[in-house]
Amino acid sequence: MIILEAKNITAGYTTEVNILTDVNVRLESGQIVSVIGPNGAGKSTLLKTIFGILKPANGKISLKNEDITGLRPNKVAQKGISYVPQVDNVFPSLTIQENLEMGAFIREDDYSQRLNEIYELFPILGERRKQKAGQLSGGQRQMVAMGRALMLDPQVLLLDEPSAGLAPNLVEMIFEKIIDINKTGVSMIIVEQNAREALKMADHGYVLAMGRNVLDDSGEALLANEEVGRLYLGG
Amino acid sequence: MEIGGIIAYLVSLAIMAGIYAVFALGLNIQWGYTGLMNFGIAGFFCIGAYTSAMITTPMPTGVYAKYVHQIFGLNLPFVFGLLGAAFVCGILALLIGIPTLKLREDYLAISTLGIAETFRLIFNNEHWLANGPRGLMGLPQPFQNWVDPKNYNYLYLVIIVMIVLIIYFLIERGIRSPWGRVLRAIREDEVSASMSGKDIFNFKMQSLIFGAMIMGMGGALYAHYTKAISPDVFTPLYGTFIIWVMLIAGGSGNNKGAILGAYVIWAIWIGTTFMTDLLPPALKARAPYIRFLLIGVMLEIILLYRPEGLLGEEKKVSKLIG
Amino acid sequence: MLELTVYGIVFGSIISLGAIGLSLVYGIIRFANFAHGDLMSTGAYVALFMVTVVLGWMGIPDTNFGSLSFGWRMLIALPVSMFVVAWVAIALDRILYRKLRVKGSHVGIMAMSSLGAAFIIRMIILIVWGADSLFYRPGILRPALELPVGIKIRPDQILILVMVFVLVALLHLFLQKTKLGKAMRATSDNMELALVSGIDTERVIIWTWGIGGALAAAGGILYGIDVQLHPYMGWNFLIPLFAATILGTIGNIYGALVGGLVIGIAQQVSTAFLMPTYKPAVAFLFMILILLVRPKGIFGGKD
Repeated sequence: MIILEAKNITAGYTTEVNILTDVNVRLESGQIVSVIGPNGAGKSTLLKTIFGILKPANGKISLKNEDITGLRPNKVAQKGISYVPQVDNVFPSLTIQENLEMGAFIREDDYSQRLNEIYELFPILGERRKQKAGQLSGGQRQMVAMGRALMLDPQVLLLDEPSAGLAPNLVEMIFEKIIDINKTGVSMIIVEQNAREALKMADHGYVLAMGRNVLDDSGEALLANEEVGRLYLGG
Repeated sequence: MEIGGIIAYLVSLAIMAGIYAVFALGLNIQWGYTGLMNFGIAGFFCIGAYTSAMITTPMPTGVYAKYVHQIFGLNLPFVFGLLGAAFVCGILALLIGIPTLKLREDYLAISTLGIAETFRLIFNNEHWLANGPRGLMGLPQPFQNWVDPKNYNYLYLVIIVMIVLIIYFLIERGIRSPWGRVLRAIREDEVSASMSGKDIFNFKMQSLIFGAMIMGMGGALYAHYTKAISPDVFTPLYGTFIIWVMLIAGGSGNNKGAILGAYVIWAIWIGTTFMTDLLPPALKARAPYIRFLLIGVMLEIILLYRPEGLLGEEKKVSKLIG
Repeated sequence: MLELTVYGIVFGSIISLGAIGLSLVYGIIRFANFAHGDLMSTGAYVALFMVTVVLGWMGIPDTNFGSLSFGWRMLIALPVSMFVVAWVAIALDRILYRKLRVKGSHVGIMAMSSLGAAFIIRMIILIVWGADSLFYRPGILRPALELPVGIKIRPDQILILVMVFVLVALLHLFLQKTKLGKAMRATSDNMELALVSGIDTERVIIWTWGIGGALAAAGGILYGIDVQLHPYMGWNFLIPLFAATILGTIGNIYGALVGGLVIGIAQQVSTAFLMPTYKPAVAFLFMILILLVRPKGIFGGKD
């Protein structure tokens, strides 16, 4: 079942310049979809458009057949989509616990159960819950950022370059966590520079370049594809 | 009121509006073209007026020395007063600019506001400087021997108009030059302007100085019109705020707008004096506050619904583009 | 000198109330509110209206509590005025600033509009109450208490310190313990992330203005109790407010508290060398020094 679909998306930051032109991306329930491509391809812009930070000039975004195009971010969050930006993705002067609590802002119910689940997923956060997020290392911050997004119990998680700026062993850890999260039933769209790893995890992958779809196929197929390998995976 | 009286009244309005037009033109260079938030116009107003006053009057001697204190008195002709006021304000702008131009815009605003208030305090309290709260009186008027004192204002109006026109044309020439284009680029987007390699700080400084020099001249023109100045003239309301209202109403970034704004707002201001006749006696004492309230509300309405003012920004700024 | 310092702390704590509000607003919407001083005046005069008109009409007695200069009327008037000015501040934002913000107006336009709002408020005060200085309780004697160590302080002033302490403590608890308070801190850290997290930033902004306005009102009233009310009182606070806020680092309310005390003490101590009318200039001097030497304020960090 298609849980999220972006059709014919044309979008940009100003009305004169389009970053994305006629882009299509589809996410099936329970899947991990990876979006790869060179710098400036518009991958981050795609996530921002889906989440409502940007309004597309053209195109439609639907969540389970409900049209959510142009909804503001907090409305999109209420519908069950969470977004983790690439940079500035934690509240530095708030503690880890408070960051997570902010993730649950919209929730009216008792979320302490969910909080414990997040701490089980990221034990190191549980140990340091009173520490200010600004004092954490890059890897820990990424965990807080993801934890914050997960507090809403989202159906769909949008991740913008989760491995950016992390040391290789942390990259591996983060990707493992991503797979764990997916196993709990969260569908994901991941934008990644680290194309190889991203495709390994992916059920389906999209290659974006210059703001357009270039290719899409299953993760395995793209990994095996010679041209993809040459152009985007560093040989 | 007979026709002669009406004309004389209009002439005095035109002079005052013309003086404010000079200030508006100066502010237009700083804010309209470069985006500098000068909330301390009253400071340049004050320094310009006092400088010209003291250049053109002699040091008090004899009996007078007991009652009037001023720090210097050169007894030179008006022209020196005018140029001296411009010069001193230019230096002042340089000194003020060095610490403040690197700051973000709203810090510049509060800094210039503070400087203007500080000057007013100093002039009010330091009697040896310029006679403290009593201020300076008996200031000479240029060419005052040429005409009958009764008709002097007509002559002064001619002087004001000439000066306004000269300043207007000088600024128009300057804005159409490469220098002017850089100023506008700074106001639009400072980051990309700085990336094009120009030294932003220097341009901002020049804009601040030229604007200040013009404001200094405005101060001098005011002093020699009213023939008496004191610190309570140079308040944030009459010396800064009203000029901002004039420029915004007329059109920031438009020299014609600056002049038009000065005349329109001054006319409205004077026009409201007649309104006070309609007030019930209990409120008459509050008339100036009611009038100023109206000006303030007008400003907010303009900012909300027509921030570009009457004339909007000048479109043509390059001889090449047309 | 000790006496000046003590009074500096009292006066400084009043400045802090205003500076905290200014800092809060600045931290969240990056806007220097030139009307903040006049919000303090508004608070003072609304309380005056209550004390002299409304509460008298309602039959509340005019007697004062012991050696304090105020009584039941002020006890009621103060929180009511804080509430009223909270709404005045919110209204100011909704009617004026927000519209300009949404349009993406230049910082200068917004500053100018707040300057205009400051003048409008002041003109209204001048129209209603005139230009003279007024008092909550005219003609009352306010003797000073002698405390150990030779400190002289009036009972009113002790209460001012207590009041400020209580308000700051309440604010602290609000920001640390409540969901909305944490959301305010989050929004101050990173407004876009707050939006992304689903925080209702519009509500946060409204509360920020409300709290800022209420604290400003309290400051104005306390000043009115201690000294006097006059229409320019708020304007005279403007430069000390900005100096305290910048000194304490914009957006940092504990910094604003410290900054207020520093500026207050500096202003009072300066009267040992300079004429009292120069006090705003002293505050201004401190502000310029900080901007030159350490523009991010003593607590560093955000701009």
